[in-house]
Amino acid sequence: MRTEQEEIRLMKGNEAIAEAAIRCGCDGYFGYPITPQSEIMETLMDLRPWESTGMVVLQAESETASINMVYGAAGCGKKAMTSSSSPGMSLMQEGLSYIACAELPCVVVNVMRGGPGLGTIQPSQADYYQSVKGGGHGDYKLITLAPASVQEMADFTMLAFELAFKYRNPALILADGIIGQMMEKVVLPPYQARMTEEEIRRKYPWATLGKLRGQKQNIITSLCLLPEEMEAVNLHLQAKYRQVEQNEVRYETLHCDDAEYLIVAFGSTARVCQKAVETAREQGIKVGLLRPITLYPYPSEAIARIAGRGRGVLTVEMSAGQMLDDVRLAVNGAVPVEFFGRLGGIVPAPDEVFEALKTKLIKENV
Amino acid sequence: MKEEIIIAGFGGQGVLSMGKILAYSGLMQDKEVSWMPAYGPEQRGGTANVTVILSDERISSPVLNTYDTAILLNQPSIDKFENKIKPGGSLIFDGNGITRFPDRKDIHIYRVDATEYAAVNNIAKMMNMLMLGAVLKIRPIVEIKNVLKGLKKTLPERHHHLIPMNEKALQAGAELIVKL
Repeated sequence: MRTEQEEIRLMKGNEAIAEAAIRCGCDGYFGYPITPQSEIMETLMDLRPWESTGMVVLQAESETASINMVYGAAGCGKKAMTSSSSPGMSLMQEGLSYIACAELPCVVVNVMRGGPGLGTIQPSQADYYQSVKGGGHGDYKLITLAPASVQEMADFTMLAFELAFKYRNPALILADGIIGQMMEKVVLPPYQARMTEEEIRRKYPWATLGKLRGQKQNIITSLCLLPEEMEAVNLHLQAKYRQVEQNEVRYETLHCDDAEYLIVAFGSTARVCQKAVETAREQGIKVGLLRPITLYPYPSEAIARIAGRGRGVLTVEMSAGQMLDDVRLAVNGAVPVEFFGRLGGIVPAPDEVFEALKTKLIKENV
Repeated sequence: MKEEIIIAGFGGQGVLSMGKILAYSGLMQDKEVSWMPAYGPEQRGGTANVTVILSDERISSPVLNTYDTAILLNQPSIDKFENKIKPGGSLIFDGNGITRFPDRKDIHIYRVDATEYAAVNNIAKMMNMLMLGAVLKIRPIVEIKNVLKGLKKTLPERHHHLIPMNEKALQAGAELIVKL
């Protein structure tokens, strides 16, 4: 199996994440099962990477334990990850805040389900605020990637590790039940070897792998009692976030060049909206679609630029309207911004989006 | 070419597997494919369903509200999906236990008694392959050779001796079609 290079497979989004994790040289996965993402750990357990690459796969006693195991492994400069779904993610927020403050790289996957509370197991996007507005305490940010296909589940696993290590910051893959459960064609990347401890020491001198003779002590902590020092930590984090905002904005556009109306949607909802855009275009309505790929940093400039040329924006989400705030901030009153969403695990149908486009935005033409 | 398909029936009838085989066959034929199951509570006791899309181009929404072809294996599925078939599309159903037959005039309706055939011939587990054989005769969206290639790729080697039996079921199913 290790000799296979790029290969085409039909697999679920959750399975693609597990395969990609092993292939990108992940050192450890720590998780706790919850629908609709349990196939991530199930697939890892089936593939038994501890026998091939030496990657650790461990079912922890809870989500709180999982994220703290990730904290420990990340402190050693290891590629560590966890995954969960909405209620489990709530339990991880304290750990994420600690990891962000300690400036450690790790990858966290949230395959969102309907909430609040224990909610439903059906797809949702109502964890947007939690993901990009700071689900835990303090001024911190997670680099947040929103995949819209099984291929992106695999690709973004690699990308998330890359960005996490580049900025020494946790990276979040914010998916939903559709992308986790659906099967599509996926091209898997070739295997990369895990890094040896010598390589980690060379590449990540901050890693706490045990102090060698003559080496200075590395301290990883999120505790800093002196407010002046804590402010300096915060200013350093803020400077880093500005860098991330400058360098890492990613988005995709469809039919935006001549668009009079713009739909903004992320993840699987963007796929549903794409179908609505196709229908609208068939009827001669000039609609474009902008799909933010990074939810933090957010493609505000692109949205402002494209929306500013048109007559209005429709934001579509599987929530009561959370990303809507960021779209409104980006557009800043230049054109009307309307919203359509379904809640609690209901996936909007393409014709519902098209109807919303006509009734909420193109009012004069109805 | 683009075919948007819904397959629905009781849990245990092989609805999800039929969809998976169809999707895999599409992959073998260089199509873009998507397979989106209803993974929620409806799987337990009620109807299981899966949306399968095969296309020459990149697939947009994996979730649909209308379909080209519906493969419906029980009464609740007929009740739920008959009205969601595009005009000119196809409804293919198994007659077992059906009390209210589909009656739309603007679609093609086919009855395939796969459950009965499977029971009489003592091949209950082949029901979904019989049905798939009929479907591919009516809508030849993938070639049988690619279905077999897909089976070979998805089944573990210890089950490869069952492939000829599946091939026979596909052929037998194609003979069971009754157009209404």
